[in-house]
Amino acid sequence: MPLIDVLFPLGIEHYLVGGIFIGLGVSFLFISTGLIGGMSSFFTTSLSFVSSWSYFNQADFISSRNWRLVYAAGLVIGAAFWCFFFGESFQTSVSWWQLSLGGFIAGFGARLSNGCTSGHGICGLASLQLPSLLAVIIFLSSAMVSAAIVKSLGGV
Amino acid sequence: MKISSLVCVLIAGMLFGFGLSYASMISPEVVLSFLRFEDFGLLWVLGAASFVTFLTYQLVPRVMSKPLLESVFGVHPSEMSRDTLVGAALFGIGWGICGVCPGPAIAGLGAGNWPLAITLASVFAGAFVQGRVRDVSLAGED
Repeated sequence: MPLIDVLFPLGIEHYLVGGIFIGLGVSFLFISTGLIGGMSSFFTTSLSFVSSWSYFNQADFISSRNWRLVYAAGLVIGAAFWCFFFGESFQTSVSWWQLSLGGFIAGFGARLSNGCTSGHGICGLASLQLPSLLAVIIFLSSAMVSAAIVKSLGGV
Repeated sequence: MKISSLVCVLIAGMLFGFGLSYASMISPEVVLSFLRFEDFGLLWVLGAASFVTFLTYQLVPRVMSKPLLESVFGVHPSEMSRDTLVGAALFGIGWGICGVCPGPAIAGLGAGNWPLAITLASVFAGAFVQGRVRDVSLAGED
């Protein structure tokens, strides 16, 4: 079997095309408005709508919460567009304890780090930020370890 | 922010969400298969998205003095600190458990992947606890 089929058993085209679309989205955001389009800040800035705690009500959270909410709505609409024209609806078989425990730790960590796969990964790497490169190397490594441990515990 | 800017933000988000879906990143199974060295496709997604964005971030400010609709080009605010690195390690641990990062947790709902709503709520909970911990520690410094 050729090496490329071993490394990418499902092919590479959809990965490449999808990645280019993500890059075009972040690029369009920057060209039109100058904004940097990471996703994880959305979670903290949106909490300012419902929490009176001062951390969530910092000036830069309040000033960016509206566009981040619209950006998140765009994500949902874009995915629905894909589902309607190209794909089909599917439900993950990953178990609820993985989805909830993993989501909680990922949410806490991404906000402590001030970035996730899109913030540090795409936007940080694209702006040649060393802290973001280190963050990407660290989260890819720790994710590989925890994914292996979860599998050994019988997770999906 | 102007309505015209928000329309552009919405279109940008739609491109992002479409790309995440097209690249199958809204399937936790695909992400977990990458993290377990079974399919390295995620590297193409991250690589292609970063490269396109890299060209934009580096070249556009040289030919345009300001964005089309607003007044300044932003800069990604990453800082070299313990929080950045420890947070990244924790983020990775969570990501490896569920196979869902913040973007797909949001986009997945548009594709009818309802179980990801559990992750969406959990990411909110994690962000809330992080904020409250920080809030209390800031109050303690006053």
